[in-house]
Amino acid sequence: MSSGLTIADVERVAALAHLDLTADEKTLFTRQLDGILDYARQLQAIDTNGVPATAHVHVHQESEREDEPRASLSLADAVENAPDANLEAGLFRVPRVIGG
Amino acid sequence: MMHDSARTIRDGVAAGRFSAVEVCQTFLDRIEATNPSLNAFTLVAADRALGRAAEIDRRRAAGETLGPLAGVPVAIKDNLCVRGMRTTASSRILDRFVPPFSATVVERLEAAHAVIVGKTNCDEFAMGSSNENSAYGPVHNPWAADRTPGGSSGGSAAAVAARCVPLALGSDTGGSIRQPASFCGVLGLKPTYGRVSRYGLLAFASSLDQVGPMARSAGDAALTLNVLAGPDRADATSSRQPVPDFTAGLTGRIPGLRVGVPRTFVSEGVDEGVRRVWDQALQTVRDAGATLVDVELPHAKYATPVYYLVASAEASSNLARYDGVRYGYRAAGASGLKEMYSRTRDEGFGAEVKRRIMLGTYVLSAGYYDAFYLKAQQVRTLLRRDYDAAFEKVDVVAMPTSPIPAFRLGEKTADPLQMYLADVFTVSANLAGLPAISIPCGFVEGSERLPVGLQVTGKMFDESTLLRVADAYERITDWHTQAP
Repeated sequence: MSSGLTIADVERVAALAHLDLTADEKTLFTRQLDGILDYARQLQAIDTNGVPATAHVHVHQESEREDEPRASLSLADAVENAPDANLEAGLFRVPRVIGG
Repeated sequence: MMHDSARTIRDGVAAGRFSAVEVCQTFLDRIEATNPSLNAFTLVAADRALGRAAEIDRRRAAGETLGPLAGVPVAIKDNLCVRGMRTTASSRILDRFVPPFSATVVERLEAAHAVIVGKTNCDEFAMGSSNENSAYGPVHNPWAADRTPGGSSGGSAAAVAARCVPLALGSDTGGSIRQPASFCGVLGLKPTYGRVSRYGLLAFASSLDQVGPMARSAGDAALTLNVLAGPDRADATSSRQPVPDFTAGLTGRIPGLRVGVPRTFVSEGVDEGVRRVWDQALQTVRDAGATLVDVELPHAKYATPVYYLVASAEASSNLARYDGVRYGYRAAGASGLKEMYSRTRDEGFGAEVKRRIMLGTYVLSAGYYDAFYLKAQQVRTLLRRDYDAAFEKVDVVAMPTSPIPAFRLGEKTADPLQMYLADVFTVSANLAGLPAISIPCGFVEGSERLPVGLQVTGKMFDESTLLRVADAYERITDWHTQAP
């Protein structure tokens, strides 16, 4: 059985997910995801006409609260884990995206 | 002391029969002796733990009232943030991440004077059922070293089973507390969705994730849930339902309790040895005075595909944050921003995490959303209705936690679908938001003794009944006291 998933599909999805897959990964994932999607196709046979979707198990409760200012992360704490940051300026550094 | 309950340790520390430092050192020694073979811990914070323990001893000496977990060593699954303590979710992408804040559950444990001894190994971002998807290597089952401890909270389960700690925290998105508890012969409780704050839990699937205790008795799990439960202003999905004293309901009595048994659902695909233990467990429940009632959960057989579509979709969104900018790993030498993102993510994530991001992105993408994601959410509604109907007739629903006992390391890694299918009995509680517990209920006896868990699922916010069942079960069996 097969869901008909192709390597081109996998490449398209990998681009959406920002994953630079290797050629081996593309081949492997095409086969494995094809099997998983084929298995998931059994859901198509269930009659869900008029059935609402459950995105979340709602716990009905008042979720508003007063908007009180509280302390948040310090600048130093916020950039502490960055792979590349300018601590003095409090900035994350990334490869150039404009000009250059 | 190693075999003592958290309650006994707490009372001993409070009464001065032994010091928190002595307790801490005893368990640190045990961890040091066992971890080379188990690989249950990704980090042991010995100095910090001894410092905290000394502080508890000082508080006692000063006459202060000690918290309900005073001096109790606790292990924390490595997808929960502890301020200043490396937290990796067993992923290369967070290899050097040191959180600047603690999860609410961690703050509550420490406010109760528990002593955090370290972080436990797990499947990467809690995605897996065998702990083999870890950047730090698999955990070994304390009962059989060549077998998995289950997953994703495999390190927490192994640590509690091997007497490295009396208590640990796990997280459960599709069975990740209950299945490893079952595989390692300990008790694991997934609370109702919203019962416990998720703030500081590294998100996998936000509509399914829940933090809970892993322990060796219902009493210790109840004590811990008392500390963990309750609303948190940092988590809007945490519930304001009143929190009962979970230890108060442990009467050991379940006469008249109506236990639903979905016989059709559990009739297929269950290992012979597990089936024998399961039949015996039902008999034990009946001997304790409960009434067994047949129930139907017609859509439960679809829970596994529904779960993998919903959880992967949510994961693909949650894990978008790992891009090599604000924290975590960054691939070297990328010439542009997009290349940096995509190489960072390919190098930083392991295979299973990438597979689920791909699956989730696919089912959310144009043209496939209705057929897969929306459909899964509709079937999720039907599954919830099945449970609503069952709970009209019964108080709890019983199933085996897993259709199979602990399997061999490497046995299922080549075929992810086969791994997913083993989650058949646990995923529906997450999809329906219900609390569920895994109780040690016997062993599959062969060349190795492999623990089996009895899973009991309850009504929303009815953890008390689950803990009462577990407590009653413990009073007439001794499975929970057996050590590997």
